[in-house]
Amino acid sequence: MNDLLDPLLLARWQFGLTTVYHFLFVPITIGLAATTAVFQTAWYRTGKTEYLRITRFFGNIFLINFAMGVVTGIVQEFQFGMNWSEYSRFVGDVFGAPLAMEGLLAFFFEATMIGLWIFGWDKLPRGIHLATIWATAVGSILSAYFILAANAFMQNPVGYEMSGEGGRAELVDIGALLTNRVVLAAFPHTIAASFMVAAGLIISAAAWHLARNRNLETMRPALKYGLWLMIGSGILTTLFGDQLSLAMVATQPMKMAAAEATFDTVCGADASFSIFTLGTPDGSSELFSIRIPYLLSFLSTHTFDGCVEGINDLQAQYTEQFGPGDYSPILWVTYWAFRWMIGLGLLHVVIAVVGLWVTRKGRMPKQAWIWKVAIWSFPLSLLAMSVGWVFTEMGRQPWIVFSLMKTESGVSPYVTGLDVLISLVAFTLVYGILAVVEVRLIIQAIRKGPPEVGDPDPETGKIEPATTVY
Amino acid sequence: MDLATLWFWIVAFLFVGYFVLDGFDFGVGMSLPFLGRDDTDRRVLINTIGPVWDLNETWVIVAGAALFASFPEWYATLFSGFYLALLLILLALIARGVSFEYRHKRPDSKWKAWFDGMIVVGSAVPALLWGVAFANIVAGVPLDADHNFTGNLFTLLNPYALLGGLTTLLLFFTHGVVFASLKTDGELRERARRLATRSGLITIVVAASFLLWTGLAFGTLWFWIFAAVAAFALIGGWLMNLRGSEGIAFTLLAVTVATAVLALFSALFPDVMPASNDPANSLTIENASSTEYTLTVMTWVAVFTLPIVLLYQGWTYWVFRKRVTRSSIEAAAH
Repeated sequence: MNDLLDPLLLARWQFGLTTVYHFLFVPITIGLAATTAVFQTAWYRTGKTEYLRITRFFGNIFLINFAMGVVTGIVQEFQFGMNWSEYSRFVGDVFGAPLAMEGLLAFFFEATMIGLWIFGWDKLPRGIHLATIWATAVGSILSAYFILAANAFMQNPVGYEMSGEGGRAELVDIGALLTNRVVLAAFPHTIAASFMVAAGLIISAAAWHLARNRNLETMRPALKYGLWLMIGSGILTTLFGDQLSLAMVATQPMKMAAAEATFDTVCGADASFSIFTLGTPDGSSELFSIRIPYLLSFLSTHTFDGCVEGINDLQAQYTEQFGPGDYSPILWVTYWAFRWMIGLGLLHVVIAVVGLWVTRKGRMPKQAWIWKVAIWSFPLSLLAMSVGWVFTEMGRQPWIVFSLMKTESGVSPYVTGLDVLISLVAFTLVYGILAVVEVRLIIQAIRKGPPEVGDPDPETGKIEPATTVY
Repeated sequence: MDLATLWFWIVAFLFVGYFVLDGFDFGVGMSLPFLGRDDTDRRVLINTIGPVWDLNETWVIVAGAALFASFPEWYATLFSGFYLALLLILLALIARGVSFEYRHKRPDSKWKAWFDGMIVVGSAVPALLWGVAFANIVAGVPLDADHNFTGNLFTLLNPYALLGGLTTLLLFFTHGVVFASLKTDGELRERARRLATRSGLITIVVAASFLLWTGLAFGTLWFWIFAAVAAFALIGGWLMNLRGSEGIAFTLLAVTVATAVLALFSALFPDVMPASNDPANSLTIENASSTEYTLTVMTWVAVFTLPIVLLYQGWTYWVFRKRVTRSSIEAAAH
């Protein structure tokens, strides 16, 4: 009973649940806003109806998803204070600044521009209307920068000093905070990965229609765009992921050790990367493992003779530095999350390359399984994004702010386990119901296909876009 | 004025923005069962706030983030202390936000009725609870020496705070209904105007009692000045609505909301969260604020961005200044 009502455990579950859930919508918003803008630009420049239909098609899916992103985002901001008040007191001076900047500089802008785009089809000049969707896309990306800068402080605190009397972290260098080594790598990595998720959605949607030989004139260009976007953003995600690994090894070596479940410090050929391990990855009962020698060394240091510190050495070092305690995260989570993230990411690039090959010069494969694989690329790319976050956040444990504050010290002292349980159950139920509705609506919108657009006006040659209303 | 005091008023300004803007769209949401005779009516009403509800709601996110950045102690005490009330607000805002987006996705009336209900409840709950929350902030709540709230949900549901909640509920309702009459035409517009006349009367009585109670218990000079402006603007707005000058009525009610919020912040000043059990435990502007450095950085950001934000949001309202008509909704429904 005590365990069930442990506020710390419940608050962590709630944070994990609501954050992973929120971040299902964020990458779709980021990737689809820009995609919608690209196709609207194509329509603006060429006047081809197909492009307008694609714009409407993805714009519609983008909107179904956008509202969820907004409302689940409010929860994110409120729950720092609600469940993690000690954390908020401790870091507010530093951590609040990027959040407030996000609101003032990015989110206000994004929320205003999206309203203008949805309702402005017949009220704004075409060029300005086009600008509003680009502005939405820019706003969403800028927003991500500030949030990731705040998160980077939790991974690698910089730009602060500890205050003598208050015992809190205080901001002394906003420039350092916003150019944290971790955010400089995590931002492009996350944005590129968001475009992979959007590409997955586009490939899925287009494949569903093409497999049924429908809407060829719009879904073929959409598929081609999606496949190229997947390859391009996949390469960037990998490159910046590599940069992020280096930053991680430099700032949070325990996380890399936990990603590989390496207990002893290893160098050179011994610093191998296991693709797959049978048995428990706690080092004691390894039954079978496929290993690539040198790879871990290369990932961690970009050299083949580098050393990677093991969990045992780091544990000893941290115990000396911070006092007794367990300084490693849950290893099976970090080990497998890291592999699923990388594996699914690479798989999607391969799918996209193969997809371009089998559809080259307008070919349309007849095999149903090819299209099925393509349709699965959306849920699987979202899964890759989620496990990536699970890895980076759970890999930081037991710290809430690495080296400064442990997660257990950040929780609200007077909020009872029952309070958090009520809130966790409420969010789980509401988010669960909304997930069902959301998925159904997205599937319905995809199946419906790109909406028809009326013929051009015979006199002016212009296409009158329909008014969008709720 | 030192930076922390400046930020007290910037936070006040952000909450003014939030309550002036999201307040009336809560009101429009609550008015659906009173004003909407059929689906087209309800769609007209929802579309009056369609392009702007999202940016209106953004104000609470910015206000919350600004509170976090400038007064971390206040943010931490308030959000962890008013836990279940804020949980209800969050759930309501979620239900409301997705309902706007989802209700028209299917033609069947059961589906729509379900989301209409969520819009009504999702608008009424925050309209009520924000008033309860702010009345409690002004009146003070039990805090320990580390500034942690030691009460529970029922501590917050005291008569004074409930009166505060009723005040915001009615004020937002009336403001929203006046907005509806400003943005619609024909029968709906007339119905809204009549409803505003009736709800306005109750609002005047309730709001006057709440302001009087606040003033007698916690009043300062500035409180009385703002409260007087709020009272005159409310009565003026009611009269203008009666006369059919919807634009002026809407503006005067916006002034009412703004000055009422400023009156509450004036009553609070220089505390930010008074302790009802022991004044020594109170959170004040001084002991709750961020460092000079953080506040300086944030001041630069706010000074540069807020005017631009007001400009482009004002432009949005101007773009969508026309009335929403039944015929426009029916034409777009195909």
